[in-house]
Amino acid sequence: MNAGTANDDGSDHRDDDRHLSEGRPGPGEVGWEELVTAALLGTGRRTPPGGSATALLELAARETVRERAGLLPGTVGPRPGPAPADPRPPLPAPAARRLTMLLAGRAEPAGGGRRSGGPDLAELLPQWLAAAGAHGYRAPAARLPALLDAARARTDLRADALAFAGPRALWLAALNPEWRFALRGGSASAPVDLDDARAVRSRWEEGLFAERVALLADLRRHDADAARALLAGTWPAERAEDRLVFLDTLRESLAAADEPFLDRALGDRSRTVRSTAAELLSALPGSALAGRMAARALACVHLDRVGPGPATGGAGIAVEAPHECDAGMRRDGVSPAPPAGHGERSWWLGQLVEAAPLGRWSERLGGRSPAEIVALPVADGWREDLHAAWARAAVRQRDVAWARALAGPPSAPMAEGPGDPARLLTVLPARERAAWAAAFVAAHGLSEAFRLLSTCAVPWSEELGGAVIDALEIARDAGGYPWSFSGVMGLAERCLDPARAGRLAPLAAHPEEPEPGGPGAGGYWAEAFQRLVATLTVRAAMAEELAGRAPEADGPRPVARPPAPGR
Amino acid sequence: MTGHQVRWSAEQVLALAPDAASRRAGSRLAAPGPWSGTGTGRDAVWGLCAGSGARPYRTAVDLTGPASTCSCPSRKFPCKHALALLLRWAEGPGPVPPGEAPEWAAGWLAKRRRKAVGGGSGPADPEAARHRAERRARRVATGARELEHRLTDLLEGGLADADQAGAAPWEEMAARMVDAQAPGLAARVRDLAGVPASGPGWPGRMLAECALLHLLCRAALGLDGLPGPLAATVRARLGLTTEAASLLADREGVVEDDWLVLGRWDGEEGRLAVRRFWLLGRGSGRLALLLSFGAAGRTPELVLPVGRLVTAGLAFHPAGVPLRAVPGERRGEPVPGGVPAGVGVAAALAAYGARLADDPWLETWPVVLAGVVPVPASEGASWRLADHAGEAALPLTPTGRPGLWRLVAVSGGGPVTVFGECGPTGFTPHTVWSEGEAVPL
Repeated sequence: MNAGTANDDGSDHRDDDRHLSEGRPGPGEVGWEELVTAALLGTGRRTPPGGSATALLELAARETVRERAGLLPGTVGPRPGPAPADPRPPLPAPAARRLTMLLAGRAEPAGGGRRSGGPDLAELLPQWLAAAGAHGYRAPAARLPALLDAARARTDLRADALAFAGPRALWLAALNPEWRFALRGGSASAPVDLDDARAVRSRWEEGLFAERVALLADLRRHDADAARALLAGTWPAERAEDRLVFLDTLRESLAAADEPFLDRALGDRSRTVRSTAAELLSALPGSALAGRMAARALACVHLDRVGPGPATGGAGIAVEAPHECDAGMRRDGVSPAPPAGHGERSWWLGQLVEAAPLGRWSERLGGRSPAEIVALPVADGWREDLHAAWARAAVRQRDVAWARALAGPPSAPMAEGPGDPARLLTVLPARERAAWAAAFVAAHGLSEAFRLLSTCAVPWSEELGGAVIDALEIARDAGGYPWSFSGVMGLAERCLDPARAGRLAPLAAHPEEPEPGGPGAGGYWAEAFQRLVATLTVRAAMAEELAGRAPEADGPRPVARPPAPGR
Repeated sequence: MTGHQVRWSAEQVLALAPDAASRRAGSRLAAPGPWSGTGTGRDAVWGLCAGSGARPYRTAVDLTGPASTCSCPSRKFPCKHALALLLRWAEGPGPVPPGEAPEWAAGWLAKRRRKAVGGGSGPADPEAARHRAERRARRVATGARELEHRLTDLLEGGLADADQAGAAPWEEMAARMVDAQAPGLAARVRDLAGVPASGPGWPGRMLAECALLHLLCRAALGLDGLPGPLAATVRARLGLTTEAASLLADREGVVEDDWLVLGRWDGEEGRLAVRRFWLLGRGSGRLALLLSFGAAGRTPELVLPVGRLVTAGLAFHPAGVPLRAVPGERRGEPVPGGVPAGVGVAAALAAYGARLADDPWLETWPVVLAGVVPVPASEGASWRLADHAGEAALPLTPTGRPGLWRLVAVSGGGPVTVFGECGPTGFTPHTVWSEGEAVPL
């Protein structure tokens, strides 16, 4: 029974050794091939080596074991280059474990298990990635495949996931066609030293489109004039769609120094480039274009007596919208053709008012403040058009006083607002925005609040968080179902300050009393609140872990643990 | 020392999950909402979890197993409630404070631990046991003789004919081997059925497998004339294993050590779910393979944390190359195990080859490779592991995609320590060490 040993039948054995390299190496020497041929054919048809079927099997067994016992390695082909070093510090151990759990939860189908009390971990991944990126940690190597898969599946977290995954992930992505997406875009190349003019110019002239956009945006933040000069240098040679994207980067740090360049762009071949240049110029109150637009707009709007009004002393606004869109207006970016369902004259008026510096209206309308102007009655049904245009202007020009005036008191009936308060709110300082949203929620409840709440800074202020929780409680007591508020609930999970978890705990208790709403509603609400509490707890833990304040659950441990005392 | 309780990490807990769905469900349930009455003490954790019904589920975990019980109807082991409870416990004393177990949990624990201590008594009637063994040996011999004839017939007719007959004759033959109480022969026969469909070169593989099976049948028939260790190997290959309890009853044969859990593999054999753990004794240097089975859709019970040291006694099944073992009593909790020492590619193949002298039926041998680099597939070749300081390379067997990419990511083009199985078809990686931590693949 010693057929298995490699050393019992001769010294010239090494010649028969097999190199284990590609696929499964069949025992491949001539003798073996003969045995296989004989086996395929059948010993009943032709006498095999050894003389019988049994002898053939015994020879084959010997060959098989001998060959396996003498396997030698194959030789290596071209090796991959080493992954670039990542000097960032590693995650604290508890944070690394949290990441493992978040990535494991990623594959959870949306909507599945929404009724269980646990948090939807996939929704916390973007927040976690942003926070880990802000701390400047390095991603654990073993999690890179899962991070790349997450970035591939969800474009909303792609940028953060790739930034966190770092250079090793790009090295890895180059080996797997499924992750090619990670190599597109500027993040694939090393950043350029923005003070090195030659490096900047060479990247600008030779880089891929995404790299050039990223470079221009970075340089604009670093040195606004240098960025504009860089763009101006190649401007005539760029394609129209590229010019539009490049022009857009000038929104950042827009200043009077940009006016000559933008003025030239007003004569661009492309209509979209022209209108973007006009829009940017109109956001510069001192620009010639803004002056021209103001002259046109002011000519359309004047003070008038529109009848007795107690608050305004009988004063009001009369509007005489433009009768034509002349060549000058067109050159300044006014679009002549209104969209369907829109009158031409109101369309032109809207564009003129939107592009006129808001600071010019006070003088035109009797020295009134923005709030007083907004309060004036407007004749002949022009109020809605005029206020909507001012609201767009307030957003474009980031004018806080006008935005505040146009947003009005948050408790005002919604129908009277100038369109979309969420956009106006973005102009207000964060604290005021939160206060406004809180008062709005207190007055109107949550059904129209989603977009407003989305504009508020995370975590929500105490006032805002309180208002949202109160409104949820009111909605529950009014007999609604929690899924009617799933949008706000989801937002609250991600945006409420984790410190509010205590305030929510009583709401998460299961109801004892006969239930107020439809059948089972109380139980559903309790579950929804449990979920909210659970998510807040997880978020608080996440922040602690990333800050390195979480207890090390995994430190050195004694081999024999003393029994825990019963307490 | 104070009563400080060292808790597991969330990752250790999640490693116990039988599948990805349980891992997700457990993570989701590991929130404060549904839990009440949680506590820990005396190597156990317990708690009540609100479910869809009126009464909460009672969940308890014995950390020394680890083993768990739960009043939920899940057939998974551990169930999502047990996982969630352990995750809560891993978070610290806030969610799960120390305390005294309530009656329902204490009762279960006491019963479990009595069983653990009381097990291992010998067979009640040695005479009857001997008769049973003789009867079984006769049946196995009859089966082996039948199979040998069948193989000879196959070779006389030629493998080309066998290809046309399909898998049915092999399935029937496997069933006859089960009747003959030789499960080892049955499994090999069942594997033969798939060979003709395994792609180019199948006749060579078929001949090799038939030849090894023939060798096993001959060995089975001449069992009494074989030297002791080889006879033990043949018995093991036939599936004539000794019961775990009687192995452990032989106190002298139990190897006490701190065992590093090198790797884990979950798969299926027939209708059984199979889980394998490979261990390396820190003091003895011995390798061990632990098997755990789950019948009828249940997941295997045995769970060990990969990368940790477990202090326990193992009893090895007798064999020419003792590898398979059964775990005895475990003491204390697993501690971090560090990175094991390893060998190069050539030494790994040599280690496999050397074991064939004692067990020619050996398919793979567990090996820790050190200083190896994964090299990408090129020109039709599969991924390989190559010595960092040398030209020798070993193909990786086609494994799951996530495992391969984790291995490559951890390597980053540099040398790593990898545990896996080495055999004639290449290397199957199970674990890689990343900055001192074991990463299951």
